[in-house]
Amino acid sequence: MKEYVYDSVYLRSKDFEEGNVLFETWDPNARYAWDAGVAIGRYLQGLKAGQLIGRHCPECDRVLIPPRMFCETCFRPTDRWVELEDTGAIITFSRCYVTWDMIRITDPQIPAVIEIDGASPGMGIMHMLSEVDPDEVQIGMRVQAVWKPAAERIGAITDIAYFKPL
Amino acid sequence: MIREVAIVGVGWSGFRPITPDLSYKELMYEAAVQAYEEAGIDPRRDVDSFVTVAEDYNEGTSIFDEYVPDQLGALHRPVQTISGEGIHGLAAAVMQILTGQFDVVVVEGHSKASNILTLPYILAFAFDPVFNRPLAVHPYYVAGMEMLRYQVESGTSHYECACVAAKNRNNALLNPLAGYGAAISAADVMASEPVAEPLTRLECAGHSDGCITLVLAAGETARALTDTPVWVRGIGWANDTPWLESRPWGEARYAQAAAEMVYRTAGIKSPRAEIDFAEIDDTFAYKELQHLEALNLCPPGAAGEWTAAGGTEIGGEFPVNPSGGALGQGHLLDATGLARVLEVVLQLRGQAGQRQIETAEVGLAFGWRGVPTTGGAAVILSN
Ligand SMILES: [Zn+2]
Repeated sequence: MKEYVYDSVYLRSKDFEEGNVLFETWDPNARYAWDAGVAIGRYLQGLKAGQLIGRHCPECDRVLIPPRMFCETCFRPTDRWVELEDTGAIITFSRCYVTWDMIRITDPQIPAVIEIDGASPGMGIMHMLSEVDPDEVQIGMRVQAVWKPAAERIGAITDIAYFKPL
Repeated sequence: MIREVAIVGVGWSGFRPITPDLSYKELMYEAAVQAYEEAGIDPRRDVDSFVTVAEDYNEGTSIFDEYVPDQLGALHRPVQTISGEGIHGLAAAVMQILTGQFDVVVVEGHSKASNILTLPYILAFAFDPVFNRPLAVHPYYVAGMEMLRYQVESGTSHYECACVAAKNRNNALLNPLAGYGAAISAADVMASEPVAEPLTRLECAGHSDGCITLVLAAGETARALTDTPVWVRGIGWANDTPWLESRPWGEARYAQAAAEMVYRTAGIKSPRAEIDFAEIDDTFAYKELQHLEALNLCPPGAAGEWTAAGGTEIGGEFPVNPSGGALGQGHLLDATGLARVLEVVLQLRGQAGQRQIETAEVGLAFGWRGVPTTGGAAVILSN
């Protein structure tokens, strides 16, 4: 084995920082502005007005939220807008103790899928829970949207600040 | 080919510089519905597999293939996304049918180029990060360099290159699908602003949003579905080296290699005699000439003179890009080659309206992946 053992040096952070190890870096300049189109456009307009809106499929009779101009199950055009409640029940959730930039936190963020009242079973929207004891959150819990003040709404999913228990 | 394959339905949407009225999903749905309607099929029941063509950086969403099933009717069905030129996607679909395991396969490609706010930077992101990107030049410099070298090696004049842009923009006036039609002359093209010399602004295709969907079927199924199947006679694709430092700048060897494969699979010995017209990548005007020569549709160095003499016009002996090409329709990113295929299909069916070629029986479509690539794919279709 001896002939396979070579003199070696350990690489340390400062070897990278001082340029002793050569590498290339690049920051992508990737910016987009996606066309909302009909369905998302109407949905965002609704959010700005403080209203959740779904779309009805005449084939399977489901009410879909977020709305779409076609039903992915039936592959046919949806036929009408449906105004929905801003209340619902939790389908599933998680208590997250690491932020998306990898910082450990003690008070968890709680994303949840909320089945919206008036939409079909299993049709929910993804949002955050607040004003709730993290340990109390459970599947089936009834919640309601807490909207930002009208002047602060811009037509975005964040026009709802969060959901809280009913 | 070991099994007959035909295109039995085509659909399209968009083909405009901007499409704020439709989300990309709605754009795709529109084209898909049209293609299925033409083919007389229900995707939820009759399609065995779906192939889409998409590049994450063009979409602005990584793992973009996850976002395609709904609007194609592909829920709970085999779906794959090819990161390549549209005709690479068509090749993948043809191969699936050739396996004998699939009878009906759908191919989709689209562009939402208008949604990419930093498009030149996204193009630049395709360059080598060590050797080329740090130089920070607009990516079209590669086209300028290639055009210069092509002109010198082939003896092609700038006027002859400009004739391509004038021809294709004028052809586009006859095509309701084309957004960049214009009654311009070669002199107008040459007089437009320089981009990367010798390339001028009017020699570069603008961008368009749009979607193309094709329905492919195996022989007997195709005959049962339609009276006007468009047969896939051969398919070929190839790449050259990515090195900008040592590629063959004057000639498109990737196109030569793709041509060799497409002619071999189609059993074509004399391409110019056996093919009636072609839709060929013209992202930059000189590319149509370089590709014509690489595809062996005219002798090396002869494409410029042929074009300037009108030989490749709609009424000429060998029409090239009667649709208007990318110069006339706008560049559709990954879907550009499928736009070439779409026009070949419409011509072979006799549905090309004012720009219809009288004796359209065999047509070739060729797509290139754009700067800085050396990737191309070709297909031969017949009625
Ligand atoms: Zn439905």
